[in-house]
Amino acid sequence: MRFVDEYRDADKARALAAEIARLCGPGREYKFMEVCGGHTHTIYKHGIEDYLPENITLVHGPGCPVCVIPMGRVDDAIHIARQPGVLMTSFGDMMRVPGGGGNFFDSNAEGTNIRMVYSPLDALKIARERPDVRVVFMAIGFETTAPSTAMTVLRAAKEGLENFSVFCNHVTILPAIKAILDSPDQRLDGFLGPGHVSTVIGCEPYRFIVRDYGKPLVVAGFEPLDVLQSIYQLMLQVRDGRAEVENQYARVVPWQGNPTALKVITEVMELRPYFEWRGLGFISHSALRLREEYARFDAERLFDLPGVRVADPKSCQCGEVLKGVLKPWECKVFGTACTPETPIGTCMVSPEGACAAYYNFGRFTRARVREASVR
Amino acid sequence: MCLGIPGEVVEIQEDHPDLAKVDVSGVRRTINIGLLADEGVSCGDWVLIHVGFAMSKIDEEEARSALEFLETLGKAYQDEMDALRDSQID
Ligand code: SF4
Repeated sequence: MRFVDEYRDADKARALAAEIARLCGPGREYKFMEVCGGHTHTIYKHGIEDYLPENITLVHGPGCPVCVIPMGRVDDAIHIARQPGVLMTSFGDMMRVPGGGGNFFDSNAEGTNIRMVYSPLDALKIARERPDVRVVFMAIGFETTAPSTAMTVLRAAKEGLENFSVFCNHVTILPAIKAILDSPDQRLDGFLGPGHVSTVIGCEPYRFIVRDYGKPLVVAGFEPLDVLQSIYQLMLQVRDGRAEVENQYARVVPWQGNPTALKVITEVMELRPYFEWRGLGFISHSALRLREEYARFDAERLFDLPGVRVADPKSCQCGEVLKGVLKPWECKVFGTACTPETPIGTCMVSPEGACAAYYNFGRFTRARVREASVR
Repeated sequence: MCLGIPGEVVEIQEDHPDLAKVDVSGVRRTINIGLLADEGVSCGDWVLIHVGFAMSKIDEEEARSALEFLETLGKAYQDEMDALRDSQID
């Protein structure tokens, strides 16, 4: 419990853990999925699993936007970056995501100009200042970042910029949760709902999970106590045979979300018929693209993309990790061929990726658990 | 990119009411507050920032505890702050 003990509310955490343990039925196993990579990070960093009774398992979900980008899209981005006069921009997390022919750093070594930016608005600023280059912003992320991209496109339209476009890779979380609920290899008792995505979409859209699948979902904050409190709420629901959407993170997440943000997304973007997710395959209506009205800002229409589907390397088991079927350390290349310095799969790249989080913090936890069981 | 970082609004740009200067642990940068237009943002408010946009309003206590928590994350938070420091939104 070293990690949580360093946390200022360690006593409260221990008390909550005891409450959770009291709710466990004898001989019953519980499995909850934390949808969001931010939660995965907290869980490993603070050793939350050490706190929980053994019959509660937390499985990681698909909520790491960098992790779900398929290799083919990285290759497409590099293809755009290779066109004359193009300056490609993206978030720092994207730089080391491997494509079929290397990552952005490799590509830059061969002459492309792919830069990291903090915000799509930084990309827009470059476009404004450099009329001689075509600035493309590779947009990634769930509903948390989609409104920012949409706002940036609106701003570009207002300013009449002609050298700015977006390579849109925004994905939406609900279809992915549904795909996991429909998949036969996963039996779950409930979900920790993503905190930041919910500031945009609110809590209502999760209703189908309780209505159609009878599973509880608690929108959870990111601090260790939030995660434990949310697990406690899930356990209460399971004990009482209830399935409801609850909002543990109400101090940040309004029940109705951010209507302005939703409006801006719908104004600028529309659902794609389908989109490939790394590891999960093609999921219908699970991603966004720019609407026809904004075609002149759509890199996918401005540049001819190869759009080739690239199979993940044979040794890579990110798909299983993203679905929560495998734990990171169960992947054959984990920590040997695949490390944060030389990632084979995407889950090792972003700090929110389950493999990276586990590699950075969890190994210690696991080692202790193993030691204990040997003893 | 996925981390929401809390900042205090210290200045709203008069000629550009969508933009505001925020203070994040002593780093002052411009962000966009257009997504909170309906709620309204004023100086002294605390907001949660994602990739240069204020996504939700929070109270000061939440801001403090969120910052304290982010600091425990180490590198992930450092990287985010470094990126913010390089940002030059206007
Ligand atoms: S260890 Fe590497 S290849 Fe294996 S699942 Fe994790 S990121 Fe993917």
